[in-house]
Amino acid sequence: MLQAETEKKVLLEVQGLKKYFPVKGLGMFGGTQQYVKAVDDVSFTLYEGETFGLVGESGCGKSTTGRTIMRLTEPTEGKAVYRNVDIFGQSGKQLRKTREEIQMVFQDPYSSLNPRKRIGSTLQEPLIVHKLGQRKDHTERVMDIMQKVGLQLDHFYRFPHEFSGGQRQRIGLARALIANPKLIICDEPVSALDVSIQSQIVNLLQRMQKEFNLTYLFIAHDISVVRHISDRIGVMYLGKMVETAPTDNLIGKPLHPYTQALLSAVPMPNPRIKRERITLKGEIPSPLNPPSGCVFHTRCPFVMDKCKTVQPLNKEVGQDHFVACHLYD
Amino acid sequence: MHVAQEQDKLLKDEFILAKKRLKRHQKKLLFRRLIRNRGILFGGIIMVLLTLLAVFGPIFVPYDPYEMVVTDRLMAPGAQHFLGTDNFGRDLLTRMAYGARVSLSVGLSVSLLACFFGMLIGLLASYFKALDNVLMRICDGLMAIPGVLLAIALVAALGPKMENVILALTIVFVPNVARVVRSAAIVIREETYIEAIRAQGAKTWRIIVLHIAPNTVAPLIVQASFIFADAIITEAALSFLGAGIPAPDPSWGNILHDGKVFIFNAWWMTVFPGILIVLSVFGLNLLGDGIRDYIDPHTSK
Repeated sequence: MLQAETEKKVLLEVQGLKKYFPVKGLGMFGGTQQYVKAVDDVSFTLYEGETFGLVGESGCGKSTTGRTIMRLTEPTEGKAVYRNVDIFGQSGKQLRKTREEIQMVFQDPYSSLNPRKRIGSTLQEPLIVHKLGQRKDHTERVMDIMQKVGLQLDHFYRFPHEFSGGQRQRIGLARALIANPKLIICDEPVSALDVSIQSQIVNLLQRMQKEFNLTYLFIAHDISVVRHISDRIGVMYLGKMVETAPTDNLIGKPLHPYTQALLSAVPMPNPRIKRERITLKGEIPSPLNPPSGCVFHTRCPFVMDKCKTVQPLNKEVGQDHFVACHLYD
Repeated sequence: MHVAQEQDKLLKDEFILAKKRLKRHQKKLLFRRLIRNRGILFGGIIMVLLTLLAVFGPIFVPYDPYEMVVTDRLMAPGAQHFLGTDNFGRDLLTRMAYGARVSLSVGLSVSLLACFFGMLIGLLASYFKALDNVLMRICDGLMAIPGVLLAIALVAALGPKMENVILALTIVFVPNVARVVRSAAIVIREETYIEAIRAQGAKTWRIIVLHIAPNTVAPLIVQASFIFADAIITEAALSFLGAGIPAPDPSWGNILHDGKVFIFNAWWMTVFPGILIVLSVFGLNLLGDGIRDYIDPHTSK
């Protein structure tokens, strides 16, 4: 919200990102080569200091988007321009430098910490990798960050299996923070936690954002969590970005039928309030063989003939509000 | 500012105190667990005794292992020769003490070398998919030949010398280690924490050496102790067949070999080295299992 008044500075611009996973076909000679279109032509922009939420159901490619930006999987096509440099073209030293500034928090707090390393050495790792500061100062820095994320100092010598999920996620966040990054990609950081712990972690994320002036790419499938933390939200469906808008706009006036369906699925605090629920019929189609035209036309309640053949383009329909749907042509 | 500094100092003091407390507590716990671990305790005692025999035995035994006294040949265990003598009148205890040196050093060097190269091959194969097929097919090829047969062939080609026995046995055991390490490393490579380290920007060697390798140590330790034991047996088998440590150097297998002709007249020539071989294998297996349980951080509660 703060960004509206001040000049927005672009931190990361993702343009036409595609990630196709090859799948071996059946048959003796491998058959025809097929691809799972996990991410298909996704573009969005991250402004400095904001939180961009990425929502969508499982398998829609939101995690793959994050992982590809981190270069944990190689992109098939597209660009990710971080401070005027394309990350996808980097290698070796440059890439390591970029990785110092872009860190990641992972979904599973149980498998994302090395079970054989004490918390202290796990947290020191980024400092050693990027040769930040003197060795003897590392302990102090680690202690500092541990305090900030709400860990106790004697956790320094503990092993990961001695912690609960929420504490582990704090450790995961501390590990991402310690190298002083600019951008943190949070890949479903709270979906593996209990609801009461979720809010703690979300609040912690917000506090850290203020303190370190961070930018978040917040990936989640729970729109109520995303709504709470994000300045802007992007909705993904089957590898495509169907709608992008500032949070208030998206929640208040969702345009894409899929967004409307997603929002109407969020439970209300008061169950007696009558409201219209949009229930989607059918299953999410296979990304191996996505529908022609608009990928959503198989389940869309407002489907038209045009949707089955023509792919809708991303259009700006309001202030910073983009939607890819033929209803708004 | 002043208050903040004071607080900082207090925190640091608290941290140092916590660290000390934890270290002390851990030392106590570690020692208690070490004693309570039957495998390490008994296996360790056996191996320490055997090592003492190999290191200090030759100093204390009263005879020369090579000196033949024809009049004393095939003497039964008694006051003069504690464990009897062999067919050349050499003192059996003396020869077994010297043989312990040979057998244990062959076992130790083979298990160290095999673990080193096996780990190297296994880690490379698990991390670099292009190398995987090449390295593992070579290992498959080596494993297709029975171990003793391969060792005999190698020693026959290289000549019967202790170094060549070690080399041959290393080649025999490397594929086993490589497989164990590779299968453990492949699982670990896919873990999120490896991905997390990669995302932090760590170099490949760092990921392999500092993060994947330590996680393969548990199965490797077990494998190493089995290889140590196996190498002692195989060396004995090679020497027994005349393709190992050449006479007159003593090794447990050699003594067995010499004894087989006289098994009805001089049982002690077969029984005593046999007992040592069995004991060392038993001790090593106990030790290996014990260490595996000991280093698993999940049991360190």
